[in-house]
Amino acid sequence: MFSRWDIKYSPYLYVAPFFVLFGVFGLYPLLMTAYMSLTDWNLIGDRSFVGLENYSALLVDEYFWNAVRNTFAIFLIATVPQMFLALFLATLLNRPLRARTFWRMLIFVPNVTSLAAVAVVFGVFFRRDFGIVNYFIGLVGIDPISWRTEQWPSWIALATMIDWRWTGYNTLIFLAAMQAIPKDLYESAALDGAGRWRQFLSITLPGLRPTLFFVVIISTIGGWQLFTEPLIFNGGGGAILGGARREFQTVAMYMYEKAFDNLQFGYGSAVAFALFALIVIFSVLNYLLVRRSVRN
Amino acid sequence: MKKLWAASPLTYLALTLAVLLSITPFYFMFVVATRKLEVINAVPPPFTPGGDFGDNFQRVLDNEHAAFIYGLINSVVVSSIITLSVVFFSSLAGFAFAKLRFRGQNALLLIIIATMMIPTQLGIIPLYDMMVNFFHLDGTLPAVILPFLVTGLGVFMMRQYASSAISDELIEAARVDGCTTFRIYWSVVLPALRPAMGVLGLLTFMEQWNSFLWPYAILNADTPTVQVSLALLSQAYYTDYAQVFSATAVATLPLLIVFALFGRQIIGGIMEGAVKA
Repeated sequence: MFSRWDIKYSPYLYVAPFFVLFGVFGLYPLLMTAYMSLTDWNLIGDRSFVGLENYSALLVDEYFWNAVRNTFAIFLIATVPQMFLALFLATLLNRPLRARTFWRMLIFVPNVTSLAAVAVVFGVFFRRDFGIVNYFIGLVGIDPISWRTEQWPSWIALATMIDWRWTGYNTLIFLAAMQAIPKDLYESAALDGAGRWRQFLSITLPGLRPTLFFVVIISTIGGWQLFTEPLIFNGGGGAILGGARREFQTVAMYMYEKAFDNLQFGYGSAVAFALFALIVIFSVLNYLLVRRSVRN
Repeated sequence: MKKLWAASPLTYLALTLAVLLSITPFYFMFVVATRKLEVINAVPPPFTPGGDFGDNFQRVLDNEHAAFIYGLINSVVVSSIITLSVVFFSSLAGFAFAKLRFRGQNALLLIIIATMMIPTQLGIIPLYDMMVNFFHLDGTLPAVILPFLVTGLGVFMMRQYASSAISDELIEAARVDGCTTFRIYWSVVLPALRPAMGVLGLLTFMEQWNSFLWPYAILNADTPTVQVSLALLSQAYYTDYAQVFSATAVATLPLLIVFALFGRQIIGGIMEGAVKA
């Protein structure tokens, strides 16, 4: 009797913890975000249903669009060079190297750090006075840049932090995919007289296609949710604003500001749900972009 | 014939450059953490560590705004509990998906893979509401732990590993011997999954150590996790770099030690996961 039950039904018991926990702490809050975005609520009083009012306010909310612009710019400035650099480093690591593991570990090590530490250390590199970055650009005759108070410089500084932390990770992902490409493809291409660059374009890149999708989508999802680095980069008070004139406030920061600083939980939820929509839209767009630009 | 993909000295040069960029921020952090505050403005900066780490870190300990030691302990507790739980529940579910037969298992597995793409962080407002008004757990560690006890990625990783590492004959043999399913999991599957569980555990621990947005929202300043404590410290004392850097160095060192010991496995796990996903 028990063994029949055991074989037929106990598997559900083993997979149940995931579904229960995800349902309560993952799916339910996400669906509730959609509902709460249609209400006006400050956490203690009554929830009043306001329909699409929050969204129509969002459409003309200058600070919201500013945050969208900032997040997108930082994502773009970070991701594009990162993909090329990771691909390049992966081709280097894919060669027959001495001390393979040593190189892989040291390329990957930035990913293994306290997130807050990255923002603090790079914050010092990007100081206006005495910052090492301004020191180096001074050597080539460029005037000191105020990295924290101007839009483009702050975007570049944040993109640098992101790339420092994630290029090594993506390099390893690309490397793993490169090693799965059969070696004899390269050998026969070489016999046909194809050079390195030709081989890269017609064998490596197509072989990386599924991995490129994976990396681009993961970067999109992560990039749009950027929060910790800009928050800590700001330093001092009012960090959630991302600069005195919101030069680098991201959408996730704006959501936090609305919900937890201004206690507008309904409006904050609308920001969160808009961010969700942006992530979905840009994941699809990037998927199509990779599909078009890398042929099978 | 010349080998087209041989590693030239130029390859090593480029890699050395990349590695220097990788480790310079770490090195700089440890140099500043062990020197007097003034060196932060020196151009060029000093290249060797000094002997002032004790003084710098004492200021962190005396700092009432950040509760750093409390944060460190909280993070060890939170990350450890979540890691144990993720590894346990993921191996259990992964085993069921890989080696047991039940109706709807393919659909359920697809759902799990789909959840890996959902940015659940965006649900923090209702989650906050739930923790405050329903569970009454705001400001406590259970509020930080509960939402992360199992992950889709973990289940998927364990399922992939169990499919290839455990033979069906082994499971059948155990059944014939009269083992219950849970007994099979405990005595046959668990030992076989150990390498993958190790990797999943390490990755989970590192991820949780760096968790920020949710602890920042739900915890109070006097009971933070280590990242929240670092953020508070850097906001309140951002001009005392020596102090802040000594704290970030202490918060980073455990991760670097773990990586030095298990880096090979961690890298192997990430690369294997990439090819299978």
